[in-house]
Amino acid sequence: MTIKNSLKTALSGLRSHKSRSLLTILGIVIGITSIILIMSIGQGAQDLILGEIQGLGSKTIAVIPGREPHGPTDIAQTLTSSLKERDLALLLRKENAPTIKEIMPLVFTSGTAAYGEETYAATILGVSEKAPKIFNLNIENGSFFTEDDVKGKSDVVVIGYKVANELFGASDPLGEKIKLKGKNFRIVGVLPQKGQVSFFNFDEIALMPYSTAQQYILGIKYYNRFIVEADSDESVDRTVEDIKSTLRASHEITDPEKDDFFVQTSSDLASTFKSVTNVLTLLLTSIAAISLVVGGIGIMNIMLVAVTERTREIGLRKALGARGRDILQQFLLEAVILTAIGGLMGIFFGAILSFAAGIAITQFAGLNWHFTFPFFGAFIGLTISAAIGLIFGIYPARQASLKSPIEALRYE
Amino acid sequence: MPIIEAIELKKIYKGEADASSTLALQDATLSIEEGEFVAIMGPSGSGKSTLLHILGFLEKQSGGSYKFNKRVIEELDDTELARVRNSEMGFVFQAFNLLPKATVLENVKLPLMYSAVAENKWDNLAKEAIDAVGMMHRINHLAIQLSGGEKQRVAIARALVMKPKVVFADEPTGNLDSQSGQAVMKIIQDLNENHGHTIVLITHETYTAEHAQRIIKLKDGAIESDEKVGHRHKADEYLK
Repeated sequence: MTIKNSLKTALSGLRSHKSRSLLTILGIVIGITSIILIMSIGQGAQDLILGEIQGLGSKTIAVIPGREPHGPTDIAQTLTSSLKERDLALLLRKENAPTIKEIMPLVFTSGTAAYGEETYAATILGVSEKAPKIFNLNIENGSFFTEDDVKGKSDVVVIGYKVANELFGASDPLGEKIKLKGKNFRIVGVLPQKGQVSFFNFDEIALMPYSTAQQYILGIKYYNRFIVEADSDESVDRTVEDIKSTLRASHEITDPEKDDFFVQTSSDLASTFKSVTNVLTLLLTSIAAISLVVGGIGIMNIMLVAVTERTREIGLRKALGARGRDILQQFLLEAVILTAIGGLMGIFFGAILSFAAGIAITQFAGLNWHFTFPFFGAFIGLTISAAIGLIFGIYPARQASLKSPIEALRYE
Repeated sequence: MPIIEAIELKKIYKGEADASSTLALQDATLSIEEGEFVAIMGPSGSGKSTLLHILGFLEKQSGGSYKFNKRVIEELDDTELARVRNSEMGFVFQAFNLLPKATVLENVKLPLMYSAVAENKWDNLAKEAIDAVGMMHRINHLAIQLSGGEKQRVAIARALVMKPKVVFADEPTGNLDSQSGQAVMKIIQDLNENHGHTIVLITHETYTAEHAQRIIKLKDGAIESDEKVGHRHKADEYLK
């Protein structure tokens, strides 16, 4: 029998048991749905994070205090005070790091911003006057603070769109004073709606000179980060090496293993996050894949029932000239069609759910989420589900093909 | 040259213990010429169905030799057996064995699907066979919607569609009332007389058997007698 006619025969076999066929493939549908959902959300998360890292620019380098974390338990090591004013001065000297174009120290904490009765939980970020350039910020209302403000530790602040909205509503916040950690700060600028840039949501931010934040907000003498910009893409690696040797000399470290800081480039960060999200996606996908195995066993079970039920039909077909191969082909095709339909339904539901999840994330988390349809996931899902049909269908199909025509015809 | 030539056919069904083995057929020797209409008769358990199954390649004998259309069955593998069954034999069963949720046309086309006949000829061949049994008016009905007599006529059309040399009919009237049974016998007789099909019919009713030219009687797995029918019944006489 030709494949085309086997296909027709298999389809009519399935059509005669519509609701049972549908229930049978439910396991496959759920499995593929979850795989598509996980892969789509994983991809979305990765795109989001990578987009933020790339938002910083490929020439941006971060110097972070503490030992480079090698696992989740290492995270505490980053909270140290190793980056000092002296380090900043050394890095600013051209002979130490000639390819550094800009360098900006950074401190951060969170705190409640208050204006009259209104309060808002903001992220307080201490930066230099170079922040608008590095973070690509455009101030439409007011202006950013100046180098003099940084030097003089002025009590000025630039607030994010959401902070301004929550505290002042429709009225103009420019020139008004807000309270942060018990101290008054004069608002000199308001950021337009901006969203997430490099791990900071600039809509929820209060920007002030780092010197001011160190002294009045945090009471520290060290920095949480240096943000460095190399003068070209090619000089990024050299800049990293210069930073390392300068800081090692400054900290009197001879063994690189004992570094009390680490340097991260945008591409480092991107690849780290890529591998983290990939591992997570893979892990979750594997869990979802278990349901496919369960679904496959369900298919096998039902196919065995179908073979027994249709013993007479098998016998008749054999009496009329069907070879064992024809019967095998027919039942195998039924199983594969069944699982492939399950796969398609799974892809459909998975796409709908991940699209809905994307909308929900954008709505409720305020992230700039992009829905991506995982074509690779869809391809894999369809292949896997068809393969499950083959693997779990072969045994029942073989049982069917081995039936002797007369025993099959006698079966009541 | 006989189309069916069986010498000392034996069939033993092995039970769990040696003692429980049953001898369903012992030393059955017979030969059937092309174009003959032979009835095989006997009470239930006499081995007539077993004999038909062996003659129709549906099961293999335990001993003896069997030649169908010059081919020795022992020398054929399953694929070749399937091919001969498909192209040279037609089967009509007591329980009709139609696919219940397929139409008359689809049921009759079934043997063609397993054959080497080109697909563009299927419809015409099937319609020809359906016409021959007078079922054209039901061609698109599902098999479950038909009466017993109609079902058996469709089953005969299915047996005919490949224009087989031999039609094996296992109690074709056993599930039918006498009127429909007679209509079926008329078709079978017509196939033999006007279309040259060799017919091997199994029945336990003498009256039905007497539509054939020759009756082979079985008892306890052995051939008891093999005689020509003196006075043949003509199915159309009864119908008139």
